[in-house]
Amino acid sequence: MSTTAQTPAQTSSKPVRRPGDRIFAGLSTASGILILTTLVGVAGFLLWQAWPAITADPSEVRGGQGLLYYIGPLVYGTLVAAVIALLIAFPLSIGIALFISHYAPRRLAQALGYIVDLLAAVPSVVFGLWGVSVIGPMMLGIQAWSVDNLAFLPFIGGPASPKSMLVTGTVLAIMILPIMTAVNREVFLQTPRLHEEASLALGATRWEMIQQAVIPFGRSGVISGAMLGLGRALGETMAVAIILSISARYTPIITSPANPGTIAADIALQFPEAPTGPPLATLVASGLVLFCVTLIVNMTARWIVSRRAEFSGAN
Amino acid sequence: MTTTQTRPARKPLPPRPLFDDDSSGIKSGRITRVQHVGIVVGSAVAAALLLTAFSVLGPFALFVTTALVYLLGVYGVARAVEGRRHATDRVVTGLVTTFFLIALAPLVSVVWTVVSRGLARFDVEFFTWSMRGVLGEGGGAYHAIMGTLIITGITTLLSVPIGIFAAIYLVEYGGRGRLARALTFFVDVMTGIPSIVAGLFAVALFTLFLGPGIRMGIIGSVALMVLMIPVVVRSTEEMLRLVPNELREASYALGVPKWLTISKVVLPTAAAGIATGVTLAIARVIGETAPLLVTVGTTTGLNINPFEGRMQTLPVFAYYSYATPGIPREAFIERMWASVLTLILIVMTLNIVARLISKFFAPKTGR
Repeated sequence: MSTTAQTPAQTSSKPVRRPGDRIFAGLSTASGILILTTLVGVAGFLLWQAWPAITADPSEVRGGQGLLYYIGPLVYGTLVAAVIALLIAFPLSIGIALFISHYAPRRLAQALGYIVDLLAAVPSVVFGLWGVSVIGPMMLGIQAWSVDNLAFLPFIGGPASPKSMLVTGTVLAIMILPIMTAVNREVFLQTPRLHEEASLALGATRWEMIQQAVIPFGRSGVISGAMLGLGRALGETMAVAIILSISARYTPIITSPANPGTIAADIALQFPEAPTGPPLATLVASGLVLFCVTLIVNMTARWIVSRRAEFSGAN
Repeated sequence: MTTTQTRPARKPLPPRPLFDDDSSGIKSGRITRVQHVGIVVGSAVAAALLLTAFSVLGPFALFVTTALVYLLGVYGVARAVEGRRHATDRVVTGLVTTFFLIALAPLVSVVWTVVSRGLARFDVEFFTWSMRGVLGEGGGAYHAIMGTLIITGITTLLSVPIGIFAAIYLVEYGGRGRLARALTFFVDVMTGIPSIVAGLFAVALFTLFLGPGIRMGIIGSVALMVLMIPVVVRSTEEMLRLVPNELREASYALGVPKWLTISKVVLPTAAAGIATGVTLAIARVIGETAPLLVTVGTTTGLNINPFEGRMQTLPVFAYYSYATPGIPREAFIERMWASVLTLILIVMTLNIVARLISKFFAPKTGR
């Protein structure tokens, strides 16, 4: 498309270059380069600030026993919270996307999609405060029941708490639902109309049509949507900082008040009062780890998306 | 699939049934709409009875139980009347609808919680007082509102030109070059950078110039820029690509230079869409808490100078009112909900304004 826009300039033997043209082209290119530099800069500056913690004596680092000892449980906690969120949000997002793309009345579909998008507009601090005052107490009953009756499961144990990993994961699931739904909805809508109609014409019910035409077509998109959601859940800060009660290192139990922290929440909680030097650098080092993990997750997701279609979750 | 198509035609395969039972909707009976409504109402009543029997209360529990009873009931009835395939189809329809309604629940609950608890302190004093010298009750978030507006304003002023120019580069100059492809890819990747990491980056950047431990409004703006620019680039790029190429070519044919074509033809045509995108981007960053926590800090008094000293912002104010309340705790929690209500109102207003802009100022396509 944009190549045809340039043809007049290319075909004329000697294009006229006005100062305005040069300034405009320069400004746009500079903006593009600035954005790429920023991404490199984020990695560079974090590494620079984290360096004192990487080279320092293990006793000087936060926690007093070395960088891995401090960051290990945080990485574990981050993964547990994100995986819980993903397990809850994955089926929900597929169902919601299918509802909007294939079940809801055509005229309503766009408005319904917009309502789900509104969920993404709610600031994370609001989700955190809402989660701790509504979802936590609401889930206390079912968690207490689980502790009483399902304690043989390795990840359930008491005492049940409204500030448990399970509650945190549930709130995170709600927060990543909009981005996952948006991606899924988009790929489901891209299913070739003829595939769907061929399936229906052979007598398939709507669900059989979805199994035969929509799901196979959208599979890679659904996977990348899930990875985008995972990236968001890994980096989510305030909801975790407000809800999660942190007082343990590694534990498989997700219903008790003794949980490992997450990287992002730990930074938010500790950074404002952290003394400069190796302790502060430890926090930045954990931030660097978080940045690298989310970067890899996001890049994989985007790579899958860019291979299959002209779509991104940002639009 | 392709293998069956390329098989020689003289030896046809025995027809494999596409669906593993033979009940077609044409021959067997159907559940009518009225009967279906009956099943829904019946499930709700059964669920209510079940819950009272176990003395569990709450609208959400009722809803989930109703859905479960309905799914079982409709499967049973449809299996008997319509056959297995249609029963499965009805269960999936019910399940998908349930999922959607479950997704609405948090939105409704958030709005309800925030409005019902926030109204207690949503008064004139809240919008005209700061927290300087306020120990218990009273006081307000004037300083936080001003801080949020200033920091978000600076972020917008800096991010929008960079974002729009980057989008112009992608659509008008970059073509399919390597820089353009890298930029498209990494802008998408950047939309997923954790906000706390953006905050750490801004702190590190300013440590380079001003030394450690500095807290200023402008640092927060830089952190928010990292989060806002990718969103602006994506939405603007989307809008610029929608501008018909005929408009550009008509302009070139009249001898208009490229930069004038972009600024007088392309941008005005896409203006409504760009404004929508920018408004949504503002809505996204105005509620950011984590990056401001590490870059701007918190304070009790009004500070409108983003180049000196700590500033208060609405989300951070809400967070600290919850995390470190004073005595009486009630006063702090009430101020917290009032500030959350203010924040939600701002965000929702921005979202609605964005939709209205795209609805009323979209260019006439002539169709």
